[in-house]
Amino acid sequence: MRERSGIRDFDWWMMTLVFAICGISLLEIWSATHASHLAGMQWRQVLWIVLGLVIMLVLSRVNYHTILYQAPLLYMIGLAALVAVLLVGHSRFGAKRWLPVLGEFFQVSELVKLIIIVVLARFFSEVRTDRLLLSDLIKAGLLVGVPVGLILLQPDLGTAMVLVPVAAVGAFLAGLQWKHALFVVALGAMLLPVGWHVLKPYQRSRVTTFMRPEDDPRGSGYQILQSKIAVGEGGFWGKGLGNGSQNQLGFVPVRYSDFILAALAEELGFAGVVITLALYMALLLRLVQNAQHAKDRAGMFLIMGVTAAIGFHVLVNAAMVIGLMPVTGIPLPLMSYGGSATLFVFLALGLVMNVRLRRFVN
Amino acid sequence: MTIWFENDKKLPQGRLAAVSYGIVGLIGLLLFGFWNLQVLRTSYYAGMAERNRVRSIPIIAPRGSILDRSGRVLVDNYPSFSVLLLRDDSKLTASLLPQIADGLGMTLSDVQTQFDAAKSLPDFQPIVIKPEASPADIAFIESHRPDIPVLEMMMVHRRRYGENDFLAHAIGYVGEVSTEDIAASGGRLRSGDVTGKSGIEKQYNDALMGTDGLRRSIVNSVGKEVGQLEQQEPTPGKPIRLTIDYDLQSVAEQAMAGKMGAVVALDPRSGEVLAMVSHPAYNPNDFAVRIPRQEWDQLNDDPTKPLLNRAIQAQLAPGSVFKIFETTAMLESKAISPDFKVFCPGYATFYGRVFHDAEKPAHGEMDLHDAIVKSCDVYFYNVGQRLGVDRISYYGTALGLGRKTGIDLPGEDSGLMPSEAWKERVFHEKWYPGETISLAIGQGATEVTPMQIAYTIGGIVSGGVFKQPHLLMSDQPAPEVDFPISESTVDFITQAMYGVVNEGGTAAAVKLPGIEFCGKTGTAQVISTQGKKNAKDKSGLNNHAWFVGFAPRRNAEIVIAVLVQGGGFGAVGAAPIARDIVKAYYDKKAGTFTNPQEYTGNPQPAAATATAQAAPAPAAPPADPSASGETK
Repeated sequence: MRERSGIRDFDWWMMTLVFAICGISLLEIWSATHASHLAGMQWRQVLWIVLGLVIMLVLSRVNYHTILYQAPLLYMIGLAALVAVLLVGHSRFGAKRWLPVLGEFFQVSELVKLIIIVVLARFFSEVRTDRLLLSDLIKAGLLVGVPVGLILLQPDLGTAMVLVPVAAVGAFLAGLQWKHALFVVALGAMLLPVGWHVLKPYQRSRVTTFMRPEDDPRGSGYQILQSKIAVGEGGFWGKGLGNGSQNQLGFVPVRYSDFILAALAEELGFAGVVITLALYMALLLRLVQNAQHAKDRAGMFLIMGVTAAIGFHVLVNAAMVIGLMPVTGIPLPLMSYGGSATLFVFLALGLVMNVRLRRFVN
Repeated sequence: MTIWFENDKKLPQGRLAAVSYGIVGLIGLLLFGFWNLQVLRTSYYAGMAERNRVRSIPIIAPRGSILDRSGRVLVDNYPSFSVLLLRDDSKLTASLLPQIADGLGMTLSDVQTQFDAAKSLPDFQPIVIKPEASPADIAFIESHRPDIPVLEMMMVHRRRYGENDFLAHAIGYVGEVSTEDIAASGGRLRSGDVTGKSGIEKQYNDALMGTDGLRRSIVNSVGKEVGQLEQQEPTPGKPIRLTIDYDLQSVAEQAMAGKMGAVVALDPRSGEVLAMVSHPAYNPNDFAVRIPRQEWDQLNDDPTKPLLNRAIQAQLAPGSVFKIFETTAMLESKAISPDFKVFCPGYATFYGRVFHDAEKPAHGEMDLHDAIVKSCDVYFYNVGQRLGVDRISYYGTALGLGRKTGIDLPGEDSGLMPSEAWKERVFHEKWYPGETISLAIGQGATEVTPMQIAYTIGGIVSGGVFKQPHLLMSDQPAPEVDFPISESTVDFITQAMYGVVNEGGTAAAVKLPGIEFCGKTGTAQVISTQGKKNAKDKSGLNNHAWFVGFAPRRNAEIVIAVLVQGGGFGAVGAAPIARDIVKAYYDKKAGTFTNPQEYTGNPQPAAATATAQAAPAPAAPPADPSASGETK
C-alpha cells in the first residue's frame, strides 16, 4: 500500500480556521500581557504553534490504522504514565499533573486524552452491531472509567470530564440506544451525591461558588465574578485591544490562558466573540464533515473523538467565562496560552488530517 | 492489517448530522449567554468594572475658621492623615483585620468593633479606623498595598482650638458623625465626616463645614494606584466672626481660673456677647482627634460637670439679684409707693414664721434705695408680701425670666419663674403665701442662668429693650423684646445699683475710679436650690455667689453676669471678676489695654484702696439671709 496523498490534500479549510483562531489568540495574549512582566508571551506561544504544526505533519504521515493497531499498547502506556504522575509527578497549584520532559513540565493527562480517543475509536469500530449492546456500552465505560479515576486522583476534574463526552459521542455514533442512555444518565444522577463526597474541598468550593459567585467575591467566586464583569463591560463593540480595564489592570484571572475569552470579550466586544465562536463552530463542523467523508468507521470515530474533545473544551471554557459553568481549568483550544494544551490540539488535528489524507486510498 | 476495520464504510450519517446540529445549537447557546452579558446587562457590569478600577477617596474640605470680633483667630485647622478602611469587599476586609490591627498598633477588638459598627453602611463607603496616622502607620500602609489592599490614607484638617480651654463651651467641639447623624443628614454626611457636636461648631455647622471633594484614582487588581482621574475639588467651609472680644474673654477666663461657675459679658445695646466663660471646662483639642471612650466617660461622669455650659445651662436661684426685678415690679405696677419705708430689726415675721435678714445688727429704717444698696431682706419681704406672687411673676416673666434668651447656641436652658399657676400645674398644690416671702429675695423655686441675668438686667437698665444675645457677628440688628419701662424707674434702679458699688453698698469693694460701674450682688443658698441630698457634702453647702454689673450708669455699654458656685457671698466671690472685665473694657476703649495678665490676681491700686475702705465688709457681710423659709 503506497500513500499517494501530498500536501495539496491537506485540509486547507481547516488549517485556515486554525490559523485564524491562532492569530486572534496571539493578538489577545499580546494585549493581555504586553504591559506586565509577562510581556512577550505571545512569542512563546508562536513556538508552541510551530512545534504543534511539525508534530501534526509527522503524525499525519503515520497511517492511522497503524496507530489504532497499537491501541492496547498505547492504553497501557497511558495508564502507566497516569500512575507515574501520581507517584513522582510535579505538583503545581495543589495538584499533581506534570511530568518533567525535556526541561518542560507536561500535563500527562493531555496525552491521555489523545490515547483514549484512539482506544475508543478502536473499540467502537470493532462493534459490529447497528445498535450498541449494553455489554459493549459497559465495556466502553470501563475502558474510560479507569483513566478517569486515575486523573481524578491527581486531581484534575477538568481533564477527567473531557473523556466523558468523547465516550458519549462515540457511543452515540456506535448506535447507543435511548433506553441505555437514560439508564446511564439516571445512574449518573444517583452517583452525584457520592461524587460530591469524593471531591476535594477546592473542587467543592468551585462548584458552590459557581452556583452563587456573589457569596464570596474575593475567594473562589472572585474569578467568575471578575470574568463576568470583563465580559459584560465589553459591550457590543468592546473597549478596544489593549484598553480593557479588567484585563489590563489584572482583574481578569489568568487572562492570557483559561480566561482569555473574557479578555477578548472585554476588548473586542460581542462582535469579537461572535467572530471567534463562529470560527470555532466552522472548525467543528469542518471536522464533522471530515468524519462524514472518512474511509471507514474507525477513521470516523477517530475524528469524532477529536471533535468531541475540542468541542467540549470550547463549550466548557466559554460557559465558564460567562459564569454558566464552574471553574474547571479547561483551556480554550488554540486560544489559551499553554504548551501541553496547544500540542494536544495539534496532535489531535494531526489524527484528523491523517484520516482525511487516506480517504481515497484503497 | 487485520480484518477489524476493513471494508466497513457504513457510517451513521444521520447521527453525524445530529452532532452537527448539536454543535450549532451549543454555539448558539453560548452566543446567547454572551449577548445577555454584553448587550443586555452591559451597563450593570460597566458599573462594577468602574468600581473595580476606580478608588474614590474623599478630599476633606477644611472647616471654616472662627474669628473674634476684630478678626483674631480663635479656631483654625492643621493638616493630618486619617487611615481609611475600604469595605467594598467586606469578606476580604474582615479577613485582614488582625493584620491591620497589628500593623497600626491597635487592638483587634477595637478594629473589629469599628468594622462591625459600620456594617449597616453601604459597602462602598470607607470608614476611618484611625484618625491620626503616625509616620509608621503611613509606612505600613504604603508597604502593604499588595497584600492589604483595603487601607487608604485621607488628608484631613483637624481643628486647632485655643490654648487650654479658651472659650471652650461657646465654641463647642467637633467629632465624627454618628451613624444616626448620617442617617438623618439625607446623604450629606458620610462615615468619618467631622461635624459640629456642640456650641458654635454645631450651631453654624452648615456654614463652617464646606463640601468635601473626591480624589479618584485608577487601581489595579492588587490595589496599586496606576492612574488619576479628574478630581472633584472641595469647597472649603466659610470662616465666621464672633462677637467675642479676645481680650475681654482672656481676662474673664483668667479671673475664673480654678473656680466653678460662669461669666457672661454682653453689650446690651446690640445683644453682642463680648465674653462667655464656663468653668470647669474641657480641652476641645481632645475632641479634635477621636476622643477615647474612657476619656469621654470620664468627662461625662465628672461631678464638676465640665461639659456643662454653665453660662446657659446652670439654673440656680438668683438670690438678691432678684430684688432688681422686684423693684421694677413695685415701681412699674405702682402698687406700692416709691416712698414706702420699712423698719428692719434684722428679721420679720410672716404667717407665723420668722424670716431672718442676713445682716446683724439690723439695718434700721430703710427706704427702697437703701434697701437695694444694703440688700435689705426685711424690706423686700414686705414688698413681696404686698405685691403678691402673681404680680412678681408677671413682671419677672415680662422681663425675661423663665424663658430662653434665644442665644445662638444649642442647649440653652430656660430657667424658671414660679407662679401660682405653675405650682398648680406641676405639683398640683396651692401656692403658700410664705413662699412669696422667699420668692421676694430670690430664693425658692426661681431659677436663672447667668446668660439670663446679663440679658434681663441689660434690658431693664436700657429701658426695657431686650436685645437677643448672639455670638455671631452680624450686620443685621438682633431681634429684640420690648417691655417699656418708665424713665423714672430706670433712673431709680440704675441710681440704686450705682450706689451698691459706689455708695458703700454691698459691692463697695469693687468700686472703679472714673467709671460708673453699677451692680447688684446676690448669694444663692445651695441647700434650697440643690436639695438636701447634697447636705452632707460640706463644699456643696457653700453659697453660690452672684454679681451682675454694668457700666456706665445710663445707656450701659456692657453688662456682666458672674456666677461662682460655692463662691460664698456675691460681693466677695463674684463682683471682683466683673470689675476686672469692666476695667479691661474701659482700658480697651482708652487704648491703654496691654495684657490680660494685669487684670487678674493683681488688684488695681484703686481696687485695693476700695477694699481697704470697705474693711468692715466681712464684718458686715452683704446681702441675703442665712436662713430662709425654705431651709426651715
